[in-house]
Amino acid sequence: MTFQGWFLILAFFGVLLALAKPVGLWLFTLYEGRRTPLHLVLGPVERGFYGLAGVDPAQEQGWRRYALHMLLFNVALMAFTYAVLRLQGVLPGNPQGLAGLSPHLAFNTAISFTTNTNWQSYGGESTMSNLSQMLGLTIHNFLSAATGIALAFALFRGFARREAGTVGNFWADVTRITLYLLLPVCIAYAIFLIASGVPQALAGVGNVETLEGARQSLLLGPVASQEAIKMLGTNGGGFFNANSAHPFENPTALTNFVQMLSIFVVGVGLTWTFGKAVGNTRQGWAILSAMMILFLVGTGVSYWAEAAGNPVLHQFGVAGGNMEGKEVRFGIAASALFSVVTTAASCGAVNAMHDSFTALGGLVPLFNMQLGEVVIGGVGAGIYGFLLFAILAVFVAGLMVGRTPEYVGKKIESREVKLAVLAIAVLPLMILGLTALSSVLQQGLAGPLNKGPHGFSEILYAFTSAVANNGSAFAGLTANTPYYNGLLGVAMWVGRFFIIVPTLAIAGSLAAKKYTPESAGSFPTTGGLWVGLLVGIILILGGLTFLPSLALGPIADHLSMIRGQLF
Amino acid sequence: MAKTATKSLFTADLVVPAIKASFVKLNPAELVRNPVMFVTAAVAALMTVLLVIGHDGLSIGFKLQLVVWLWLTVLFGTFAEALAEGRGKAQAASLRATKAELTAKRLKGDGRQYDDVPASQLKVGDIVLVETGDLIPSDGEVASGVASVNEAAITGESAPVIREAGGDRSAVTAGTRVISDEIRVRVTVEPGKGFLDRMIALVEGAERQKTPNEIALTLLLVGLTIIFLIAVGTIPGFASYAGGSIPVAIMAALLITLIPTTIAALLSAIGIAGMDRLVRFNVLAKSGRAVEAAGDVDVLLLDKTGTITVGDRQASEFRAVGGASEAELAEAALLASLADETPEGRSVVVLARERFDLNRVMPEGAEVIPFTAQTRVSGVRTGDTLIQKGAVDSILRANAGSGEAAAATELRRITDEIARAGGTPLAVARDGRLLGAIFLKDVVKAGIRERFGELRTMGIRTVMITGDNPLTAAAIAAEAGVDDFLAQATPEDKLELIRKEQAGGKLVAMCGDGTNDAPALAQADVGVAMNTGTQAAREAGNMVDLDSDPTKLIEVVGLGKQLLMTRGALTTFSVANDVAKYFAIIPAMFVTLYPGLGVLNVMGLGSPESAILSAIIFNAIIIPMLVPLALKGVAYKPMAAGPLLARNLAIYGLGGLVAPFIGIKIIDLVVGGLRLA
Repeated sequence: MTFQGWFLILAFFGVLLALAKPVGLWLFTLYEGRRTPLHLVLGPVERGFYGLAGVDPAQEQGWRRYALHMLLFNVALMAFTYAVLRLQGVLPGNPQGLAGLSPHLAFNTAISFTTNTNWQSYGGESTMSNLSQMLGLTIHNFLSAATGIALAFALFRGFARREAGTVGNFWADVTRITLYLLLPVCIAYAIFLIASGVPQALAGVGNVETLEGARQSLLLGPVASQEAIKMLGTNGGGFFNANSAHPFENPTALTNFVQMLSIFVVGVGLTWTFGKAVGNTRQGWAILSAMMILFLVGTGVSYWAEAAGNPVLHQFGVAGGNMEGKEVRFGIAASALFSVVTTAASCGAVNAMHDSFTALGGLVPLFNMQLGEVVIGGVGAGIYGFLLFAILAVFVAGLMVGRTPEYVGKKIESREVKLAVLAIAVLPLMILGLTALSSVLQQGLAGPLNKGPHGFSEILYAFTSAVANNGSAFAGLTANTPYYNGLLGVAMWVGRFFIIVPTLAIAGSLAAKKYTPESAGSFPTTGGLWVGLLVGIILILGGLTFLPSLALGPIADHLSMIRGQLF
Repeated sequence: MAKTATKSLFTADLVVPAIKASFVKLNPAELVRNPVMFVTAAVAALMTVLLVIGHDGLSIGFKLQLVVWLWLTVLFGTFAEALAEGRGKAQAASLRATKAELTAKRLKGDGRQYDDVPASQLKVGDIVLVETGDLIPSDGEVASGVASVNEAAITGESAPVIREAGGDRSAVTAGTRVISDEIRVRVTVEPGKGFLDRMIALVEGAERQKTPNEIALTLLLVGLTIIFLIAVGTIPGFASYAGGSIPVAIMAALLITLIPTTIAALLSAIGIAGMDRLVRFNVLAKSGRAVEAAGDVDVLLLDKTGTITVGDRQASEFRAVGGASEAELAEAALLASLADETPEGRSVVVLARERFDLNRVMPEGAEVIPFTAQTRVSGVRTGDTLIQKGAVDSILRANAGSGEAAAATELRRITDEIARAGGTPLAVARDGRLLGAIFLKDVVKAGIRERFGELRTMGIRTVMITGDNPLTAAAIAAEAGVDDFLAQATPEDKLELIRKEQAGGKLVAMCGDGTNDAPALAQADVGVAMNTGTQAAREAGNMVDLDSDPTKLIEVVGLGKQLLMTRGALTTFSVANDVAKYFAIIPAMFVTLYPGLGVLNVMGLGSPESAILSAIIFNAIIIPMLVPLALKGVAYKPMAAGPLLARNLAIYGLGGLVAPFIGIKIIDLVVGGLRLA
């Protein structure tokens, strides 16, 4: 570990904290549906969309209606992308003349992008036409992100409203988030990336003469525009197979820093928005503190493990940390930090190959995802996932102050507990269930590249990444088979919508409740004690659930490495 | 909670029946009410079967021990519940003893003749005669007559109370004894559905229903159980990838140690014991829900008289007006009060005698004018002299137009002064001439100010309810340290105040006794009716205080909080325990697959078998070890939520993390020493 390494990590941390309030305030404006300066230009566009769709943005929806419209919208978008991918061969915007995708790959990819997972069972540049990238995939990068944020808004309203029957209007939320947040930021962001050297071209291939005088064909495409929303919306699906390790996606140390920031920035802002929405910004800071503790610990472990390197290789005289699978222009600290950021935030973009990390360096991303992507998490999804844990934490410990549990002024009762447990149980059921299945079935065992615990980690990572809607790959796993495409597709769908629907039900249930004002006798959910409790509950619950799988995967892997055995 | 009789938990007369009952409770139909324990029992049953037919390379002795400890885990849970119920039953039995074999004198149509019938044959609407020395056979209200009744059987208070037809003192309770006069009682409840019957059923747990918080907690425990079922159920798949297999017995052990058996086993015992603590405190709650609500109370409405101040006001000064001397006033006041048997009246006599050495007795032929609610004036007429005593407004009204505007103005000024000092003025007039006012001072109870301070740190606001005027009320409120007051309160005002607080999301507790309190008692989230109150009030409230002591409301809140805290503490403890159990079982389980995982055996347990056995033994014996805590409740001291949380998290959270590491290690040493594994 180096001073520069830690300086990078702390600088990243500091900039994030500074951004929390301004971004949160902007999100709060959208949450409230207030006018912004951008309305001057985009207001007519917004109204145009409502007019076209026949939507009255002022008409509030109950949670059931909100959920129904959200589901219909997502199913329709998924079907659309499935069609575009299957028909790619006959559609325009295909300079490389790529064929249509197989049914299972199109199924997997359509779900993957709809669910904000962006798991890629394919290599971007060699499978997707420009039209598929822009129309079939980028549209989801915007709308799946907007859907996630909209759902967080709906849950915030559940906490903030008193004896109300509604949680907002899905169409208005999605439109406003897309128009007033994602779109303008991405335009500026893309221009920055282009200026840094990221291509934005519709020509398929660029022919260049190298310094040695050889001719080289370089694949180009609308990279910068997709890159911007890939990060901001915690999507993570790269234009190129190598993702953010590719110099055309992530050319410099500066773009790398900005990419990491843009993964976290909406999630960090949403914690502030939550506090503001429930009338006490300290509530938001408390959540952010808990998330940041988990984040910093993860980063520390990962950086330490990568910097320590592999003792087996040290014996052969390879000094220093683990540089396998890392880009030299980023180095160990920036790669370790990126891996924690991208898995903490359900993004899934990578600037280094996680499969090549040391066992413990690989465990941190895995555990981040197994916790349910609640450390900052996916845009929207992170905070609503976190609030599910908060509900359980408050329920277990809230009783200890001698009152029936309450959180930000709302009593937590059997309905909320039931729904939160239901949503949280989806993670182990899908992750562990499907991993166990694949550990036994022939089709499953055909997937991993490596033997022993490392191979097991590859399977575990794939399903964890899918269910948690992260989309990062451990690599090493051959996933483009009907078996894995199919199962991972199901895993992504269940991991997204089987958590969203109970969450919306909680929003509805909370919105209908009376407000219970805080008093000196209430469970204090702003101080250090609460932060510690949240961290503890998340670690204990996550740890207890996934320890057996981690023990047989990365932990066994690590301990074997210490004993000199590699897989 | 000084009054609570602390009886030893483990006396033979409680434990022996509880052990028997703990086997009866293994009935699956009953066990299924507690899903976590049901799963435990199912696993124990499965393991018993596998003991006979299974082949997994484990020694039979090890598996036999495992099966025994699994069954013991279930039995410890049913035992805890049975023990709590047993304590409740013992309490109920003493209540029920008073009810045994009551006979009734049921009046026939003519209202004179009666039949002797068993109380169990009485119907609603029957009129029964109760004469001196008789036990009242059924709950009801006095239809006619007035009698003094000894209610010691239910209240423990031996001083008799007056029960009379009409008004707020008409309710009588079965099992109490008439000690003078006779009354006719109209039966108001079906046999077996009486007030005491319902209370006894509740205390015994026969009619116990899960409270909302208990249901929510059970759901959480079920959720955790499902998650751990998934976590354990997928292990065979993982193990097969690693090229091995895990015996069912070991997975069963892991599952049972992970699922929250500790809190699940103690959950119903905690609930029953909570109700039981109230009963020991002579408060009967009509539902467990009411006890939970008591813990949540934000606002306490407390009647001033009897709760905040000692019931009786004391005369402390004479303030003469309009040229009358103080002695003149004192003499008139004395005469007017000689026939007044109220404590206030007597205190006037005492003060006049002390201050001016007056020694008057009631003159011959004096005519006493009694106090009535209409005139609000009492007095005495001797010959042609009329002395009046009463509320200032009433005296002024009664003597309006008799001139002396100056005296009237002065009287009003003095009245204000007295009121501002927290006293109550009583005006005295003789033959239409205002003499002055008697300063009746309210005496605030000793220590009450500190109690309110404690409540404030707990986040509970106190509101004093009084019929006094706002000035007096404000002065007493300030002296007693309440947060707010409602002066000149009518029952409608009380109801309005409760509704207003509730609209702001607050939970309100109050106590009351009169029929006109009934709507407010029903509206309040916690309504404690005084047992001396009317049937209507007792029906409207959700708790009844057998001692009729309104101060107890404060303790009731404490008991409610203690119940919730006990639940939270044991849940936290139970979940925190799992960490150590994992460190015992995971290495033992997987060390054959990857020898490197042996380093996770941080406790240095003797052997894999010993580790598994020690974890399961710890998991079982922690239940009876925590039974006393579950039944007595966690230590409770009024304090703010922040420090309280810190304290309880340190004890039950951190303690729950650390304790099993130590416990399992010790058990492992014993298991190793005895060569059990």
